[in-house]
Amino acid sequence: MTQFRKSISGLLLALVAGAALADATLLNVSYDVARDVYKDYNPLFQKYWKAKSGESLELKQSHGGSTKQVRAVADGLEADVVTMNQANDIEFLADKGLVAKDWAHKFPNNASPYTSTMVFIVRKGNPKAIKDWADIAAPGVQMIIPHPKNTGNGRNTYLSAWAWALKQPGGNDKSAQEFLGKLLKNAPLFAAGGRDATTTFMQRQMGDVLITFESEAEMIAKEFGKGNFEVVYPSLTMQTEFPVALVEKVVDKKGTRKQAQAYLDYLWSKEGQENAAQNYLRPRDPEILKKYAQSFPPVKTFTVDAVFGSATKAFAVHFKDGGTFDQLYQSK
Amino acid sequence: MATTTHRVLPGFGLALGYTLVYLSLLILLPLGGMVLKASELGVGQVIDIALGERSLAAFRVTFGASLAAAAINAFFGLIVAWILVRYSFPGKRFVDALVDLPFALPTAVAGITLATLYAGNGWLGRYLEPLGVKVAYTPLGIVFALTFITLPFVVRTLQPVIEDIETEVEEAAASLGASRWQTFTRVIFPAIFPALLTGFALAFARAIGEYGSVIFIAGNLPMISEITPLLIISKLEQYDVLGATALAVVMLVLSFLLLLGVNVLQWWTANRHKHGEPLEATAAKAAGGAQ
Repeated sequence: MTQFRKSISGLLLALVAGAALADATLLNVSYDVARDVYKDYNPLFQKYWKAKSGESLELKQSHGGSTKQVRAVADGLEADVVTMNQANDIEFLADKGLVAKDWAHKFPNNASPYTSTMVFIVRKGNPKAIKDWADIAAPGVQMIIPHPKNTGNGRNTYLSAWAWALKQPGGNDKSAQEFLGKLLKNAPLFAAGGRDATTTFMQRQMGDVLITFESEAEMIAKEFGKGNFEVVYPSLTMQTEFPVALVEKVVDKKGTRKQAQAYLDYLWSKEGQENAAQNYLRPRDPEILKKYAQSFPPVKTFTVDAVFGSATKAFAVHFKDGGTFDQLYQSK
Repeated sequence: MATTTHRVLPGFGLALGYTLVYLSLLILLPLGGMVLKASELGVGQVIDIALGERSLAAFRVTFGASLAAAAINAFFGLIVAWILVRYSFPGKRFVDALVDLPFALPTAVAGITLATLYAGNGWLGRYLEPLGVKVAYTPLGIVFALTFITLPFVVRTLQPVIEDIETEVEEAAASLGASRWQTFTRVIFPAIFPALLTGFALAFARAIGEYGSVIFIAGNLPMISEITPLLIISKLEQYDVLGATALAVVMLVLSFLLLLGVNVLQWWTANRHKHGEPLEATAAKAAGGAQ
């Protein structure tokens, strides 16, 4: 018991001391799988900021489902910066007045310091010869994806297939919807989330193709060994963005605007970009992209804004209740 | 007479006041808030949301699977409770403790474990699938998950009641000539039936709200294996708090009506039993029927 008390008071002391030592504290509220990216990024920034301003910063991270996280921020979680995986979620904070209306133009590249793409993971040797979206919609092929209505991962897959179908000869909204109908019939289930889909495909050996982020493929290689699967790049796929924003209300209240701004700016520095590349996210910096070219083969991508107007518009048309996704399932 | 009885806890006024405040803070306030939120929509819109094709399908899956799970546990849970009370065997305490595990286990862990077991290449799934029985990623998987989650409710409700039935009653019935089946149906079963209904109702209520264990094994296909809690989460993901609340209120009303029904049934059987004869007389009656 005394031991326990000692360790508790020690912990408290350390916390107090930590807070006293740091000149400022920043809270980065982020999505689930960004944990590693920012765990590596934070010490880099601390070192840079210390050298630049002499201030020592304490950096805290909070991770969870993207939408759940922004709701927490809207409900009062004092985030200085938000780093998310969907523009919708930051748009929600902008509507609430927590984030600037023109947040996407406050930083370069649509306020997204790195990108990823949606790729196919197939079994060793690609037994079903899956090369492109059309092959997945063929009869007898099983596709594993998370629920398109509830996960960014699932939505990106759906929108990628839609954009591909639009670009086919004679493609229009009607043909795209027909194609999606065929494609979704090949999903024997909708996983609860991205990682659940990976487990279903790799561990339970279900399905012929898993559609996920390029960065997730590297995680799978680490976890299950490179020899168990192959990565296939379709002829057209989505460039997924990971937007960041300053939470204006909080930084003004806490007086941390300067530090928070620098924290996000530094994501575009050579060190920040290199860190993204090392975490298998495509850096925006062309030089660094070139340096890591082996991890990132060239692929033809589209942006949501270019094909669907904006992420918010795409969401409203396809995934709102009664949208095209629901129509595909209710017409059955 | 009741007023002169000494009670252990003093102050009826204080105790009742405390009870009301406690229940209000914990239950009435959140539920009231929910209903208030839903009232922004109006009854017509709430019904519209609830009667959508996908919502209806989800309600069918949720309530159907919950009823099935509660029924399965009413039957097998009864056997488990009976064995645990009436027999002694090595490791009985261990088995008894095992019953509570679904209470303690995080439900998501239960769901992932069940999915691993029953997937096509899982320990059990690899033997079941060649037989044409698909459990993981089908509505059957939902029933399995819910059955797992709700087992303790039936067993723990029945155990004390079975303990209260003295074995002498069974012996009396037997000595008066009742067969084993007659002893069970006419002596034991009426005595435990109210408790069985309670266990059933608790299991059912728990199953309706279950989310974590189900989504990992259900497959979540719209119109087939989507549960209502998933639809609610899905609405929240769209920032549609009102729509989510509407579904929640409909669920609340439906479950309340069902539970009320079970309670009326339970009250009715308990009453009939009380106003009838004591157990010994029931034993005699059972034996009488045998002659």
